[in-house]
Amino acid sequence: MSEPQAASKPHLEYETVLSKSSTQIAQFDTHDKTPLQKFQHFLHSSPAAVPLIVLLLSVAIFGTILGTKFFSAFSLTLILQQVAITGIIGAAQSLIILTAGIDLSVGAIMVLSSVIMGQFAVNYGIPAPLAIVCGFVVGALCGYINGILVARVKLPPFIVTLGMWQIVLASNFLYSANETIRSQDLQAKAPLLQLFGENIRIGGAVFTYGVIAMVLLVLALWYVLNRTAWGRHLYAVGDDPDAAELAGVNVKGMLISVYTLSGVICALGGWALIGRIGSVSPTAGQFANIESITAVVIGGLSLFGGRGSILGMLFGALIVGVFQLGLRLIGTDPQWTYMLIGLLIIAAVAIDQWIRKVAG
Amino acid sequence: MAQEPILSARGLIKRYGKVTALDRADFDLYPGEILAVIGDNGAGKSSLIKAISGAVTPDEGEITLEGKTVSFRSPIEARKAGIETVYQNLALSPALSIADNMFLGREIRKPGVLGKVFRSLDRAAMEKFAREKLSELGLMTIQNINQAVETLSGGQRQGVAVARAAAFGSKVIILDEPTAALGVKESRRVLELILDVRSRGIPIVLISHNMPHVFEVADRIHIHRLGRRLTVINPKDYSMSDAVAFMTGAKSPEPLAA
Repeated sequence: MSEPQAASKPHLEYETVLSKSSTQIAQFDTHDKTPLQKFQHFLHSSPAAVPLIVLLLSVAIFGTILGTKFFSAFSLTLILQQVAITGIIGAAQSLIILTAGIDLSVGAIMVLSSVIMGQFAVNYGIPAPLAIVCGFVVGALCGYINGILVARVKLPPFIVTLGMWQIVLASNFLYSANETIRSQDLQAKAPLLQLFGENIRIGGAVFTYGVIAMVLLVLALWYVLNRTAWGRHLYAVGDDPDAAELAGVNVKGMLISVYTLSGVICALGGWALIGRIGSVSPTAGQFANIESITAVVIGGLSLFGGRGSILGMLFGALIVGVFQLGLRLIGTDPQWTYMLIGLLIIAAVAIDQWIRKVAG
Repeated sequence: MAQEPILSARGLIKRYGKVTALDRADFDLYPGEILAVIGDNGAGKSSLIKAISGAVTPDEGEITLEGKTVSFRSPIEARKAGIETVYQNLALSPALSIADNMFLGREIRKPGVLGKVFRSLDRAAMEKFAREKLSELGLMTIQNINQAVETLSGGQRQGVAVARAAAFGSKVIILDEPTAALGVKESRRVLELILDVRSRGIPIVLISHNMPHVFEVADRIHIHRLGRRLTVINPKDYSMSDAVAFMTGAKSPEPLAA
């Protein structure tokens, strides 16, 4: 700033050479990419591809080793049944993780909702549909409180949901006095609660309503995330909340609505859980939060938010299911399953980091 | 100037704890002009811009747009009123596509049931519009409008951000350090873009540290110091070193007549 220059010079001295410079305007580098780089770009633009490839490979490998014992309509649909709850809760978890948050309270909210539905319908004699609505309201309320604490009070999601997990779980045990509602009682008084245990059989394949609900839920959320403004805003908030705010996204409102929706999905998971185990148990689903985070991470969603596809979460949940069933059929110690899943989690995050380098 | 200012502010005050960022600041932008806002670091330029773009709400003071008093609680409200801002960080979401970014917060939905009930976005329409606007500004050749913004260069990102403002900005465009992160050639394009936007009759507020750029394109220069407007100068009457002297307090301007 030292040189006192004549003020209104149309063009600056040092820029006169610009007229001689290349007239090509900014372009994307079109230099040849190695096949590996092309693959990296492909993975960057289709985030569900990695888990899908791993899923198909693991099905193929277990199918080769175990033959028809594994590779049958019955076994493959059994995997679906086993991951139905994880898939539903994983969907709720995916939404939260896409906003760069984490929800440790999903499993607890699920169980509390199922207990509310059961208690209201069986012990209070409230009509089943109304009891179910009450369960959803409680799930939504828990999620809403999480959302308020994260968005308005600005507490870290990890802390909020860690606290919520304990509070909701304790409420659940206190309220239910740790009593299970038996399957017979449900059948007699509120069979609607067991709806997701019903199934459709096509040949050897068994599709429970819970499985169908999970698949429909994931497809519906995929649509919402990719084809609606709300979904695009969710990605923008997870990506860079400040930028999203300045661009005109209501970040607080988005966070509150995401956590509330997550609570509603957990209540749906609670309803499906009753169908899965037949009874209402306050001790069920203890590991749902960890299983859902596992599915999300193996599914290639970034814990830093804004990246990944909910379909990836479904593939991630299925990968875990395939390993669990496949290794059990082989007859190994179940600890091998956990060890392999542990390796998969770390590998998934390592691959995520590698793919993200495309941007740099 | 006989004209009425299109956007003006009187007596803005904004405090953050013990720090007074804006201390009875005034501001005037006239139709069809490029007004540069300069000031030393910490002079309160950012706070001033945030106040008129709705990003912060001033504690006191009045902002008028086209003669009407306005009070923005968010950038969205300011934008709805016709004040578009291109922030220094560009406010782009890196993982989203160019088209998604241009329409962030003002998406177009499909007509009929698909849009009303299922809230489906009209991607085709948004992509077409985005492509038109980008090529209209001639700032870049985009191969794929669905490319994630993080795969673009700095200049290209700036182009997307400016295109977003110019495409929707009806009354006023605010540019915060648009050339700070750019190379010589890319800066030149952005300056041409600024002049191009003015020639369409849209007034521009340009915040910049780059004196040559400010003196080249600005019609008037608002010098901010210690949280308020020190003076407004015509770049033809003063040199860059005068401006820097006013800005840093090395020299005091004659009392502001206008």
